[in-house]
Amino acid sequence: MMNIYRILAALGAGTLFGFGLALSGMMDPVRVRGFLDISGDWDPSLAFVLGGAVSVSALGVLLSRWLPEPLLDDSYHLPGRGRVDRRLLLGSAIFGIGWGIGGLCPGPAIANLGAGYTDILFFVVAMLLGMFVHDRFFQPRQARAPGGRAGAR
Amino acid sequence: MHPYLVSLAGGLLIGLSAALLLILNGRIAGISGIVGRLVSPQPGLALNIAFVAGLVIGPLGYLAIFGGWPEVRLENPLPMLLVAGLLVGFGTRMGSGCTSGHGVVGLARLSRRSIAAVATFMTTAVLTVLFLRLGGLL
Repeated sequence: MMNIYRILAALGAGTLFGFGLALSGMMDPVRVRGFLDISGDWDPSLAFVLGGAVSVSALGVLLSRWLPEPLLDDSYHLPGRGRVDRRLLLGSAIFGIGWGIGGLCPGPAIANLGAGYTDILFFVVAMLLGMFVHDRFFQPRQARAPGGRAGAR
Repeated sequence: MHPYLVSLAGGLLIGLSAALLLILNGRIAGISGIVGRLVSPQPGLALNIAFVAGLVIGPLGYLAIFGGWPEVRLENPLPMLLVAGLLVGFGTRMGSGCTSGHGVVGLARLSRRSIAAVATFMTTAVLTVLFLRLGGLL
C-alpha cells in the first residue's frame, strides 16, 4: 500500500529541488552554457551549484548509511554498484552533446514548464520522445524485468 | 549578494532535496530516472508524479516570493532545441542518469559509474559548445 507520507515527502523534495534550481540560476540555458563554454567569458556558477548540492547530498548519504532503512519506506531503492560499461559511457556522451546544444538538462527543463515557454515545452516533448524511443527499442532485454536492480546498496 | 553565492545557496537546497528523498524514501533524486519512469510506468508511479509536480511547483514558489521568474534566455532556434531534447532524453536513459542522479547524488555516493558518467557528459558538452562556437552556430 502506498503511504501518503511517502508521497508528501516526494512532493516536498521535488518542490525544494525546483525552488533550488530557480534560485541557482541554472534554469537559464545561457548561464549553463556559460559554464560549458571555455572559449569566451567562462561562468563558474554551475560549479558553485554542483559543489553545494553534492556537499549536502553527501551528508544525506552518510546519514542514510547510519539508518538501516529509510524513515518512510521499508528498504532503499538504489542502483547497484555495477561496472562502467559501454552503455553508460555512450549514453552519457549523447546526453552531453544534447546538453551542450540546448543548455538544458532534464531538471531545469521540467522546472521551467510553469512559465509556459513554448520552446521549453517542445524541448520537453522531444526529451520524452527520446526517452520513449530508448526504453522501447534500445533497452537491453534483462533490464526490462520490473524491479531488476532495486534494493541493492 | 554575489550571484555565485546565490547559485551556491540554490545548490545547497538542491542537495537538501536529494538528502531528504534518500533519507525519507530511500530513493535517488535523479530527474531523468524519475521522469523516465513516467514514460515507462513502474511501481511507485504516485511518488514519481509527486516529485515531478513538486519540481514544477518549486519555481512557482520562487515566483511568489521574489515576484518574478528567474532569468531564462532561450536563444536556440527551435530545430536545434528539438535535437537537443531528443539527445538528452535518449542519452540520459541509456546512461542511466543526468546531472542530478549521476551529478548530485552519484558523486556524493562516490559511485564509480556516476564519476565516469559525469566526466563523460561534461567533456562532450564542453566539446559540443566549442564546436558550435567555432562553427558560428552559437
